[in-house]
Amino acid sequence: MDSAFWDTYLGITIVLIAESLLVILPVLLAVAYVIYFDRKIWAAMQLRRGPNVVGPWGLLQSFADGLKLVFKETVVPAGASKGVFFIAPIIMFALAMMGWAVIPFGEMAGFQLVASDINVGILYLFAVSSLGVYGIIMSGWASNSRYPFLGGLRSAAQMVSYEVSIGFVLITVLLCVGSLNLTDVVEAQRTVWFALPLFPMFVIFFISALAETNRPPFDLPEAEAELVAGYQVEYSSMTFAMFWLGEYANILLMCAMTTLLFFGGWLPPFQFVPVVGDIMAMVPGPIWFIAKILFFFFIFAWVKASVPRYRYDQLMRLGWKVFLPLSLAAVIVVAGVLVGFDLLPDKA
Amino acid sequence: MSDVELKNYNLNFGPQHPAAHGVLRLITELDGEIVERVDPHIGLLHRGTEKLIEYKTYLQAVPYFDRLDYVAPMNQEHAFALAVEKLLECEVPERGQYIRILYSELGRIANHLLNLTTHALDVGAMTPILWGFEEREKLMVFYERACGARLHSAYFRPGGVHQDLPPELLDDIGEWCETFPVILADMETMLLGNRIFKQRNADIGIVSAEEAFDLGFSGPPLRASGIAWDLRKAQPYDGYEKMDFDIPVGKHGDCYDRFLLRIEEIRQSLRIMRQCLNEMPTGPVASLDRKIVPPKRAEMKRSMEALIHHFKLYTEGYKVPEGEVYAAVEAPKGEFGVYLVSDGSNKPYRCKIRAPGFPHLASMNFMAKGHMLADLPAIIGSLDIVFGEIDR
Repeated sequence: MDSAFWDTYLGITIVLIAESLLVILPVLLAVAYVIYFDRKIWAAMQLRRGPNVVGPWGLLQSFADGLKLVFKETVVPAGASKGVFFIAPIIMFALAMMGWAVIPFGEMAGFQLVASDINVGILYLFAVSSLGVYGIIMSGWASNSRYPFLGGLRSAAQMVSYEVSIGFVLITVLLCVGSLNLTDVVEAQRTVWFALPLFPMFVIFFISALAETNRPPFDLPEAEAELVAGYQVEYSSMTFAMFWLGEYANILLMCAMTTLLFFGGWLPPFQFVPVVGDIMAMVPGPIWFIAKILFFFFIFAWVKASVPRYRYDQLMRLGWKVFLPLSLAAVIVVAGVLVGFDLLPDKA
Repeated sequence: MSDVELKNYNLNFGPQHPAAHGVLRLITELDGEIVERVDPHIGLLHRGTEKLIEYKTYLQAVPYFDRLDYVAPMNQEHAFALAVEKLLECEVPERGQYIRILYSELGRIANHLLNLTTHALDVGAMTPILWGFEEREKLMVFYERACGARLHSAYFRPGGVHQDLPPELLDDIGEWCETFPVILADMETMLLGNRIFKQRNADIGIVSAEEAFDLGFSGPPLRASGIAWDLRKAQPYDGYEKMDFDIPVGKHGDCYDRFLLRIEEIRQSLRIMRQCLNEMPTGPVASLDRKIVPPKRAEMKRSMEALIHHFKLYTEGYKVPEGEVYAAVEAPKGEFGVYLVSDGSNKPYRCKIRAPGFPHLASMNFMAKGHMLADLPAIIGSLDIVFGEIDR
């Protein structure tokens, strides 16, 4: 093939679109099955069967739900601010997809599986996930309805609070890596996964991830018992489905981040155990990566089925009075240890 | 600076609200997340039960009581049956009394299971409700095996109970009494061991003993405030004096205490049920006075007298001597009372129902004021409100 063609604008555009599709389509498919997975775990905890009617073992349930939503009427409340009302779910969905651009899935045949291997990967992810709150605030505001409004306000406060401690947790990881590139972050964990030395940070990050994605026990913006469905109350049809898809894509993104930052991304476990390590290493990296994401997703679902919901003030207290000081202290301790013992990575 | 008028936020909580427990409508005034005022609006499930009963014979009135607190129907029938029996001065045979106690306590467990688990659901724990319903379903089957209906049983009738229990049913209930505590303990560890659950309920909606008195509380909310008042002990009816059980009381009168108290009441109910099962006497289950209780079908085939009784009872019903009476039972939700006025005819002249949920709901504003919006469902959950009886 003529390589000159791929350097023209048209060629680059085609490559970009192809790359995006290669990421987005599997993610969307994964979201459909992860929703199914979530419901099955939840059902198992509750002694139910879960979806088991549509398709074999209910495997097509998510598609049936999606199809149903497509055929529903999109109801716009009379007092709604129409433009913002429709932009909100689009933002939510688009941002959830954008994050996946920098997620490295691992190596296959000496080829890095990542849509764009930028060297500020972590900052980019952080920025994208922070922007997610806009979708919720806008939907809460544009609905011009009381429950969504309260839900929107709650979520604004919540996501901003937990963003701060996530930021500090990221800094501790970055100090150990010396690079913002996600591939470097994973490569830095060749010797030991960061979950071991930075265990408290991993816990804070995981709990903040729950809060960030509005999952129980932090599902206040859509707290069913108080706000009915929070910011989603006035949404129907595909606008609702986009929130739904965005939410699960975000959860997966958070699971992927946990894996990349603390659990060695696509690196196989037990690397240094003689025989076992070799066997583990035979499994391709991307499979490890996906398995780890699913493991964390399982924990997300497990938490959802077992805990009650925090109250608004308790959530704020946890965020600002517990996580923030802890993560701030951790930054100082980690930095101190790295400097004191001369362990700072030389890449910086 | 311009004058900006700050206005509180009015939120219409219900009647189509997932946490409103039926058709509760609360008009809430919010200052941010803080509840400034709660105004419960009732009447959306009003069916005119009391008035309807005035046009029904005493027997026909029984099923209306199933439809009051539909979570534990037999306990309501119990109060009505007691009231009519008092007017008729009719004795219930011992086996009938034991069956009534057994099924009242069964109903109490069914009610508390629903309440505890929906309370947990209201504060966000979504799993216990399904565990609880699994057990509640078994109780519904026991209801069904006794009287043929899961909810609207019409089983406790003036004079006794409608029919005898099949013998193997008692064994099955006994077996359930052994397996159920394990599941109860599971639910307990899941919720009480969770600090989020504690944080959400402790010190929420505190009612002191005195305030509970003033607000007309009864049942678990009263006992959670520290007053050991239980009609089963205070004014024993239908042989409760023979039962050995304790009245649990709370210390703080908050949502958490009310939750714990109901769990303990389930344990006490199990105790009473076991005693009933062990000491279940033999004999008739309903009064043998054929002017009140219809004869057996077999008897009707042989005896002209029985046939006439049957015909009279199912057409005209029985006449109740003139007078008025108040009979109350310790229903799962509190003191459920029936005030009957009879003019000597076959229909009650007036039937006033005292629903325990009514004063509890009326205290909503008192309890919720100053708490956060998220505490509102916790308080509603801990009060155990069912609209069938409040709206009547």
